[in-house]
Amino acid sequence: MTKILVDGAEVDVPPEYTLLQACEAAGAEIPRFCYHERLSIAGNCRMCLIEVKVGGKSGPKPVASCAQQVKDLPPARDNMLNELVTKSATVAKARNGVMEFLLINHPLDCPICDQGGECDLQDQAVAYGRSGSRFEENKRAVEEKFMGPLVKTVMTRCIQCTRCIRFATEVAGVPELGATGRGEDMEVTTYLEASLSSELSANVIDLCPVGALTSKPYAFNARPWELTKTESVDVMDALGSAIRVDARGEAVLRVLPRVNDEINEEWISDKTRYAEDGLSRQRLDRPYVRVNGKLRAASWDEALQAAARALAVGGDRIGAIAGDLACAESMKATLDLFRVLGSANTDCRPDGAKLGGGARQGYLFNSTIAGIDDADAILLVGTNPRVEAPVLNARIRKAWLRGAEVAVIGEATDLTYRYAHIGAGPQSLGQLGAVAELLKNAQRPMIIVGQGALARPDGAQVLRAVGRLAAQLGVVREAWNGFNVLHTAAARVGGLDLGFLPAQGGKSAEEMSQGGLDALLLLGVDEAPLPSTGTVIYVGTHGDAGAHRADIILPGVAYTEKDATWVNTEGRVQYGRRATFPKGDAKEDWTILRALSAVMGKTLPYDSLAQLRAKMIADHPSFGQVDYAPGAADATRFDPAQLGADGSISNEPFRSPITDFYLTNPIARASVTMAECSRLKRGAERVAAE
Amino acid sequence: MSVRRLAAEQPERFAFTPATMEQVRWWVAKYPPDRKQSAVIPIMWLVQKQEGWVSEPAIQAIAELLEMPKIRVLEVATFYTMFHLAPVGKHHLQVCGTTPCMLRGAEELKDVCKRRIGEKHAVSADGLFSWEEVECVGACVNAPVVAIDDYYHEDLSAEALETLMDKLARGEAISPGSARGRQTSEPEGGTAVLSDPSLYDGSLARLVKLPGLPEKA
Repeated sequence: MTKILVDGAEVDVPPEYTLLQACEAAGAEIPRFCYHERLSIAGNCRMCLIEVKVGGKSGPKPVASCAQQVKDLPPARDNMLNELVTKSATVAKARNGVMEFLLINHPLDCPICDQGGECDLQDQAVAYGRSGSRFEENKRAVEEKFMGPLVKTVMTRCIQCTRCIRFATEVAGVPELGATGRGEDMEVTTYLEASLSSELSANVIDLCPVGALTSKPYAFNARPWELTKTESVDVMDALGSAIRVDARGEAVLRVLPRVNDEINEEWISDKTRYAEDGLSRQRLDRPYVRVNGKLRAASWDEALQAAARALAVGGDRIGAIAGDLACAESMKATLDLFRVLGSANTDCRPDGAKLGGGARQGYLFNSTIAGIDDADAILLVGTNPRVEAPVLNARIRKAWLRGAEVAVIGEATDLTYRYAHIGAGPQSLGQLGAVAELLKNAQRPMIIVGQGALARPDGAQVLRAVGRLAAQLGVVREAWNGFNVLHTAAARVGGLDLGFLPAQGGKSAEEMSQGGLDALLLLGVDEAPLPSTGTVIYVGTHGDAGAHRADIILPGVAYTEKDATWVNTEGRVQYGRRATFPKGDAKEDWTILRALSAVMGKTLPYDSLAQLRAKMIADHPSFGQVDYAPGAADATRFDPAQLGADGSISNEPFRSPITDFYLTNPIARASVTMAECSRLKRGAERVAAE
Repeated sequence: MSVRRLAAEQPERFAFTPATMEQVRWWVAKYPPDRKQSAVIPIMWLVQKQEGWVSEPAIQAIAELLEMPKIRVLEVATFYTMFHLAPVGKHHLQVCGTTPCMLRGAEELKDVCKRRIGEKHAVSADGLFSWEEVECVGACVNAPVVAIDDYYHEDLSAEALETLMDKLARGEAISPGSARGRQTSEPEGGTAVLSDPSLYDGSLARLVKLPGLPEKA
């Protein structure tokens, strides 16, 4: 630690801190454009200039505080600590001058710029700039660029901070953005104006401190001060990224990331950000009942009566499957109702993953997402994290950049980092070779098992093989649990925690989907095969595959329309919050189940969300620990070798369950933006194949 | 300076000739294997030597060869004005237009170029010539200067430049240096000082005794 003065106040900071960080540690505000905590340092905007005093005397020039470290200052002289001055006349004049230069070529088009109201340049020009312009020459204009369906460009506004270039190269791992030309003619562009191929591409919109890169789907939609901002969690993948849902009236207009260092740092995937237009398309806004083979709009009474009649047979003639987006509350209500009705046929794994039943560690991402930063050897089994959890993939890339070794068993795809490809299928689990030594000798080894390895007929056997491998290599240790399951569905861990599994003698989702039941209740199941016989009751949000097959549709609400609980792949319980009201006659999912139970005369014992949550916590204490990831807790009592089941394993190669990143759930499939992204991606792949 | 873009018309493909490839290998060998993109500038220069300019397929070929992103190669190609992004004539003239050359008649040289070749960056109808104005080439004492292909031609007048271009048009060789026969950058009309030949034949040299050296046997 180094002692240093900031505006006369003494602070003690680590020597590797930059001057800017030291100033911030002392509470001084430093304006900046190019500097960003999670990117490399460029030092090219010059907005963070400060004065450095050594021995009480300041140097000849102000210093770019982002680009110098505390340890690189000259040693303290004349018994006086080095001082950083952020409030002197020199500093004010320096900032004023830099701002004037930045504004020389920046258009005065704030009234028609989407960044207006949340623009760093606008704010800092007010705070540090001149009141008017002295520039009488022509401003530079830059030709428009194309960066794909998500990022709208107005490159005349670019101040060349290069944040977007550094993000694409460093975090996203797709070095496609660059700066061509130089000096005044420098332009930020992709190679031949191709669209960005990253699943994280739209984060450059948040990074852009001006209005050069703005959101294309959101263009000219709203001003930030018109929006109601609701802090919530994402359900597009199993990470539960922290998001802010911005809505105006009925419509969710955009989704932005919130900072959560434990999960998503400050990035979100393009699907998280842009599937939001799917929330207002294809929506089920009233109950339907199938009459003579055709779905007909019905009243809630009618639909609930029909559902109650279908489920009245009870026992093993009925079943329920929970889909990928279901919240814990709706699953809890469904589970309670079906147990009361005497049915053992409940399953939350429509993909057929052979998980659950045992200790929580058996299906959690035990190293935690933030733990990836510490990992030094990572083995991916049957997972393609780039499409299953792009934000997590960026973490793995970060670890890789710091020197972690990565090996893959499964599909050999571009993961944005280099890895050793051991093999395509389960047989490679026994042929690790040098990678085994690597994992054994690593300080923080990780094995990440994906649904590509578990959601297959021999998933339980594969799980045991991987668990044995984990035990054999000793990846589970005191204070470090290197056995990880990466889920793809936001609902899955919550469902497994609730025990939404077949009870004694119950049927699994796969067995139920083959038919043979009189009535099957679906909590938003759209990705799995559905039975052709029996009455299907669909509680969900979108007119997708499940609704097409359904005989009775009970319209539920999407994740932005309810206060609900999700548990992410780490086992972290998080609350999503309501940003808008349900569409039409739709009702919160758990209230539908509650109403149905009343119609059936088996009223569930909760009348409010608070009561339901209290019951849930009483039955499953893990739900009481909000925003807590167990990680390595109880690692010593966890034996991964006991997971799964013995049996033979086929040599079928592992395949990621996600074939199209942009279209994995009903919300994304209803989204025009996602459809366009998917079309472009498929087009790009076709060109690459030719 | 102006915005530099890739040419609108691009060739179908690019391939390194065996001769270029040999030199490429020599350059790549200078750097550690994981840092071979350091060779991007010399290799782009070799490509320009081979083709006369840097085309888009050539940029892709360089990116593949050096295992670096295409955009990084494009950045380099657009950053340096010495790389031509469009075809040039058989002989490319770079007319220095910076102050000393301008004061010594660079404007007239540009007029010659405009008359005989056409606008800047255009290739003459016979494909022999193209020209551009460049910033200071660092030969101000011999202004005005035109760099023709790889060599400087100095002390030029409009007539002298025309003579050079006539010779090139006839396929004759031209010799670089001063058009007025000046020895490097000696004063006009020959040297006036330091002309004693004994200064240069070693006869004035004295034995110097450096302190602290061991006595010679």
